[in-house]
Amino acid sequence: MPGQIHLDIATPERLLVSEPVDEVIAPGSEGEFGVLSGHCCFLAMLRIGELRYRQGEQWKRLSVSWGYAEVEPRRITVLAEIAERAEEIDLARAEAAAKAAEQQLAAASKREEMAAARAQLEKALLRLKVGKKK
Amino acid sequence: MPSLQHIRRKIASVKSTQKITKAMKMVAAAKLKRAQDRILSARPYAQKMAAVLKRLSRGVNRDLHPLLRRRDARKIELLVITADRGLCGAFNANILRRAQEFIREKRAAGFEVGLSVVGRKSRDFFRRRDIIPRQTWVQIFDRLNYAHGTEIGRDIVGQYAEGKFDELYLLYNEFKSVMQQRIAVEKLLPIEPAIESDDAGKPAGGDYLYEPDETVVLAQLLPKYIEVQVFRALLESAAGELGARMTAMDAATRNAGELIRKMTLVYNKTRQAVITKELMDIVGGAEAMRGG
Repeated sequence: MPGQIHLDIATPERLLVSEPVDEVIAPGSEGEFGVLSGHCCFLAMLRIGELRYRQGEQWKRLSVSWGYAEVEPRRITVLAEIAERAEEIDLARAEAAAKAAEQQLAAASKREEMAAARAQLEKALLRLKVGKKK
Repeated sequence: MPSLQHIRRKIASVKSTQKITKAMKMVAAAKLKRAQDRILSARPYAQKMAAVLKRLSRGVNRDLHPLLRRRDARKIELLVITADRGLCGAFNANILRRAQEFIREKRAAGFEVGLSVVGRKSRDFFRRRDIIPRQTWVQIFDRLNYAHGTEIGRDIVGQYAEGKFDELYLLYNEFKSVMQQRIAVEKLLPIEPAIESDDAGKPAGGDYLYEPDETVVLAQLLPKYIEVQVFRALLESAAGELGARMTAMDAATRNAGELIRKMTLVYNKTRQAVITKELMDIVGGAEAMRGG
């Protein structure tokens, strides 16, 4: 038994999670990575994606967008700009946001507009995906 | 001596004022709890970020990133955060006095000083003095969220990158406790990660692994750091304002109570005097009749 690792997930608005967990899988900017207790010190940027963590046999999911994870052997700190628990996600709203973003993307002419719309769409789709798995 | 009716009216008027101050105190107290929770839950994030930044920037060549590079300061910008509303004691006045001092000092030292303001009170204050801020944000405290931090952060980082100013200071009320606010002046740009002297020789990042790599992480982190610091200052100020208002309104309610007590005393004394005088008149009149 490798032992547990303490997970903190903070956003600028609140401390979302602070509890011991068995395993964390996070969406790094260069690909997903898993962390168990005893991991080497490590700092990674996160992209928009799904973060999951395991307590015993139970997996919990969150959607995160922009942030970074700081990993120490017994501790992992995730600072995310936006993070939501799967059970908090409002599917109807996410769906509406996805639609709106799609339309924006179709209507966008300038490069920045397209990038912004694409980021919006990505966030909305992620929330849908994570929200549906709860 | 004022007439009885006059005093009665005064007491009624103070009583209704007291009702208002009492209600304001209650409202501030209710909101304060929430604001306090928010600032307390935002602090860990800001502190963690500062810690990571400190570790990252250790030994990094400061000239490589515009937000870290020290320039020859000529133009200084001051970002003043006050409340939108008054009736919160010396909360706004303290900040504005400090702001004027700051501007005077820096001007005397030969710097050009610019100004950005958050909150209606500071906007109006400087407007009355014909000082036009570069940028104003008002009425954000009722629905304060992280997007405001982002907006202000992006604005100042953008202006800084364009060379509109060389240093940026933040002036706000820090929330110490419900009773106490501290005036905080912090240098925000260029970013000065607090480097302890014994860290100076150590290589960047120590034994950390970075993904993607240090420079990319740093480049992403620095602008966010500004946003987070601005957001934290906004939350500090919001909580401090409510604390100050609660204290001020509590004092006002108590003063009103004291005033009412004193006026009631005068009222009763006057009433008694009037009755006594009337009695004297009657007795005097009766005496005169019998005598005659």
